[in-house]
Amino acid sequence: MLSKRNKEAFFNPLSKDNPVLVQILGICSTLAVTAKLEPAIVMGISVIAVMAISNVVISLLRNTIPTSIRIIVQLVVVAALVIIVQQVLRAYAYDVSLQLSVFIGLIITNCILMGRLEAFALSNKPWPAFLDGIGNGLGYMIILVIVAFFRELLGSGTLLGFQVIPQWCYDHGYMNNGLMILPPMALITVGCIIWVHRSRNKELQEK
Amino acid sequence: MKSLRKFMDKIKPHFQEGGKLAKLESVYDGMETFLFTPNTTSRSGVHIHDSNDMKRTMITVVVALLPCLLFAMYNTGFQHFKAIGIDASFWQMFLFGLLAMLPVIVVSYVVGLGIEFIGAQIHHKEIQEGFLVTGILIPLIVPINTPLWMTAVATAFAVIFAKEIFGGTGMNIFNVALITRAFLFFAYPSEMSGDKAFVKLDSAFGYGGGNVVDGFSGATPLGEVATNFDNFSTSTMDAFIGLIPGSPGETSMIAILIGASILLFTGIASWRVMLSVFAGGLAMGALAHSLATPTYPASMLDPLAQLCFGGFAFAAVFMATDPVTGARTKIGQYIYGFLIGVFAILIRVYNGGYPEGAMLAVLLMNAFAPLIDYCVVQANINRRLKRAKAK
Repeated sequence: MLSKRNKEAFFNPLSKDNPVLVQILGICSTLAVTAKLEPAIVMGISVIAVMAISNVVISLLRNTIPTSIRIIVQLVVVAALVIIVQQVLRAYAYDVSLQLSVFIGLIITNCILMGRLEAFALSNKPWPAFLDGIGNGLGYMIILVIVAFFRELLGSGTLLGFQVIPQWCYDHGYMNNGLMILPPMALITVGCIIWVHRSRNKELQEK
Repeated sequence: MKSLRKFMDKIKPHFQEGGKLAKLESVYDGMETFLFTPNTTSRSGVHIHDSNDMKRTMITVVVALLPCLLFAMYNTGFQHFKAIGIDASFWQMFLFGLLAMLPVIVVSYVVGLGIEFIGAQIHHKEIQEGFLVTGILIPLIVPINTPLWMTAVATAFAVIFAKEIFGGTGMNIFNVALITRAFLFFAYPSEMSGDKAFVKLDSAFGYGGGNVVDGFSGATPLGEVATNFDNFSTSTMDAFIGLIPGSPGETSMIAILIGASILLFTGIASWRVMLSVFAGGLAMGALAHSLATPTYPASMLDPLAQLCFGGFAFAAVFMATDPVTGARTKIGQYIYGFLIGVFAILIRVYNGGYPEGAMLAVLLMNAFAPLIDYCVVQANINRRLKRAKAK
């Protein structure tokens, strides 16, 4: 059930083989949805769901998909799942789905997804593929949450919409940093996380 | 001087390898070379072509900035006493400006040099002199009313993310002082524009201060052009002399021209860049003026006024000519400078949100400088290859 290989499939993407920090995939949505913590968490959960289920489905179909049309099959599966996620969000979390706008739909083109389907699900059994999907989704979500935490805290002074920085700070001249809301700071924040991550994992450092 | 030399010699062993304070070696080295000329330069062979070194280059730029700095202090006081309606003498104005600007200068140097010192300790490198100029540029381009902590945050951001990350002095892609201002501009827009940013109204260390007279407006000429063109009264001559509101260093064309002549006379700055920035600004200013519409009020200004108002001249003389971030090839310098001038006026005229187009134009062209150089060098190589083949 949880052999060494399965454990690796689950735990590696969390840090050593993180899709955002190490493979530098899914940067576009990382920059776009992390201005606030709430959409980032919802986005993370959506990606985990789509990733886990599509990995399992593709893994089940792996022996029947002709190689020449495998990308189309993968796209159909992912697109169907994304539409379901989108409809669920519209039904139960309408405000957040408005904030995420096109980025839920764009999960289809998220490189992490296609990457994992191609590299893992097509050549592995459903259970490891499921673990791999959850692991990669979590690895993506962790980074989203860290970036969104700093951006919302410094950019809006709130966390999940609650005022965190007390009023007396503002009375004494503190101001929210407007640059944190803009995408360039998201890129710099991701860069800083990569910086810390590489300095802690020396084997990942490029020569 | 001798006792200082003796003292430095005495404490030297502590900082060398194996000493108690070996980790602070670069601090010692930095102080020693700052106080005394290093006696370890090569004395023979092909290395000697000039007695100039980086310290002297940097100090020359600082000297060229002094007219701007002194005028900035005077103008800060002048605007202050004008706003509160008190007749003050020249020295009172100067004293007020000195007191108002001193904290900004101190903050800029302490934060910037502090980070450079720490960075040098971590990497066991010598401390570079690069921040000497940046540290004096920052107080000159940051509006006088910017809270000190914002200046500190922005300076720290610029030194770390625009300079140290790329490898320190001489390796940066973007002008560090301009990154400081750009950071402030985008992070705290409300503190960086409008009519409250550019004239200091409250007292400096208890000196000055008072009630604002009726009808006072602290808007810069360019801000006024954008919002209230019908009542616009500042003449080009006012902007040339410089007793107008604005970022401290940028207002006076005269002070900037004195600085420019020092830079050009000593050969520190490239005249090609300077000349072509003004040419580009004039060309774009003339084009905008010929297409002037009330939709874009800044296009009503005549080309010469465009050069005198705002930070254009300051950016052309002190920012565009930065040898590290600018183009190196001669033809490249013409292209680089010309495009800075064009973009500065283009942004200023057609984007009302950013009257300070010069800052954005220099940063934009900083990013393109290596590409321009690459194209110029490649064109040269191709031309020579063709000539070789023809023979």
